[in-house]
Amino acid sequence: MITVKELTKRYARTTAVDHITFEVQKGQIVGFLGPNGAGKTTTMRMLTCFLPPTSGAATVAGFDVLEQPLEVKKLIGYLPETPPLYPEMETAEYLTFVGKLKGLSGAELRKRVDSVCERCAIADVKTKLLGKLSKGYRQRVGLAQAIIHNPDVLILDEPTAGLDPKQINETRDLIKGLAGNHTIILSTHILPEVEQTCEQVIIINKGKVVATDSVQNLRNRARGAESMLVEVGGRNGSLDAGAVQRRLEQVAGVSRVVVKQSRDNRDTFEIESRKGFIRGDLARAVVEAGWDLNELRPAAMSLEEVFLQLTKAEEPSPEQVEVAVKGAE
Amino acid sequence: MRNVWIICRKELGSYFASPIAYLLLTMFGLIFGFFFWNALGYFVLMGMESQMRGQAFPMNLNEEVIRPLLSNASVIGLFFIPMITMRLFAEEKRSGTIELLTTSPIRDVEIIIGKWLAALTLYACMLLFTALNFAFLFKYGNPDWKPLAIGYLGLLLQAGGLLAIGTFISTLTKNQIIAGAATFGVCLLLWVLEWVSGYETATWAQVLAYMSVITHFESFSKGVLDTKDAVFYLTVIFLGLFLTARSMESLRWRS
Repeated sequence: MITVKELTKRYARTTAVDHITFEVQKGQIVGFLGPNGAGKTTTMRMLTCFLPPTSGAATVAGFDVLEQPLEVKKLIGYLPETPPLYPEMETAEYLTFVGKLKGLSGAELRKRVDSVCERCAIADVKTKLLGKLSKGYRQRVGLAQAIIHNPDVLILDEPTAGLDPKQINETRDLIKGLAGNHTIILSTHILPEVEQTCEQVIIINKGKVVATDSVQNLRNRARGAESMLVEVGGRNGSLDAGAVQRRLEQVAGVSRVVVKQSRDNRDTFEIESRKGFIRGDLARAVVEAGWDLNELRPAAMSLEEVFLQLTKAEEPSPEQVEVAVKGAE
Repeated sequence: MRNVWIICRKELGSYFASPIAYLLLTMFGLIFGFFFWNALGYFVLMGMESQMRGQAFPMNLNEEVIRPLLSNASVIGLFFIPMITMRLFAEEKRSGTIELLTTSPIRDVEIIIGKWLAALTLYACMLLFTALNFAFLFKYGNPDWKPLAIGYLGLLLQAGGLLAIGTFISTLTKNQIIAGAATFGVCLLLWVLEWVSGYETATWAQVLAYMSVITHFESFSKGVLDTKDAVFYLTVIFLGLFLTARSMESLRWRS
């Protein structure tokens, strides 16, 4: 549905988006993930024909964003970072205006306005001035505005920014409900959001794509590592961290033991293992040596850590990305 | 065409949803009313004097009242035009709503013409208020209506040109005040350029004077529809809107 090839946007001094390439299939929800200033908004603006790319090409449903912007714009519903609301308009009036802009009219327009109000839970503020709405409502009116013409492609720039937890959940459900018929790209820097709503993730950093994969795969990669956190306490008197470390290293399958934290008689160790399940052996080793086993849990690498690893590298080359992901395996 | 109308309706809605439209209508109406009162008072005085002296001066409402009033209206307009146009694009740029317009399936030129038409409509409403004064003139006097109609046409054309320039300036900044001040400066300059013709007859002075919007209003205020002057105003309108379109395009490449 959306293909982006070598898309680049250069400003006078900086390169905001640097030769990014990706593809989005019809009906998918794709999370566009990256730290602030990574180039998410710029990419989205190029896809919506708001900004022309410096070089490269992007097509939406086969229409080029530079050559056939009007066709592209017809297919796209777009929620910018700040919802584009006119404070002097009422909600229903505003949605009617946007609907007209998108080419709707008459009974169909009225029907759509009612249905998006229902869907985005803004029916109760229909006759309120947009300038008087709270942040959460403004965001939802923005979302309503994006889906008013039932577009094939939805581009949402941080759709849950500024919402309270309940509204965030509702918005995510709403977005999930739109999937299937709509192809959705949403940008965010909140990881759980991607985990919960998206099927596919594109991680970008400093204008470059550092990883493209399904959420499931990324998560599997992250959890592939068998890494354990063990907190050991001294039974009576002081605890010799060195001794514990040496003892733990002797457990079969352990490849590395690192002291993570050490404070008043309780030491935490991070243990990496080559072999699969060694928790039983670890527990036994600690207890048999006469120490207390306070805690033993798998230190599953979260998507968050994968993300941090991917975006931390200064100039991540594809090889480095491989290493970063493999390292977790 | 439909899109132009949608944008125009929305802009007019914005004008009349805020106090700005009412403020402009009131101020323009008041100031014009004051000028009307003055012109009429002077006219009445002249009439009394001519009676006292026993000689019949040629007295003509069109010449003595309508013509100077139209000239005055054209100058008052210069002061109001920045207030009409300053928000057109600057406000949309500041609040980010420009992103909605430019990502909707409508052309830039439709946005521009829609906004300009809305501004012109508001100005026309202001002129409509002044027509109230002339209505009294027609009730108690017997002026010729054709020169007046042509005068109004001239006012609209002149405003159209200045509004187009103001629209252009509004695309250059996010700050309404800057847009307003710059437009005011340009309007003022286009007015005073005419003054050089008072003391200088060289070619450059003629060119400068020609560029003044006031010079071209002269014939309209007399009730003469001069193609040359009409073409001048139409050119300014076209130039202003053309520059606006260019500016919007460059906005995309720069922002």
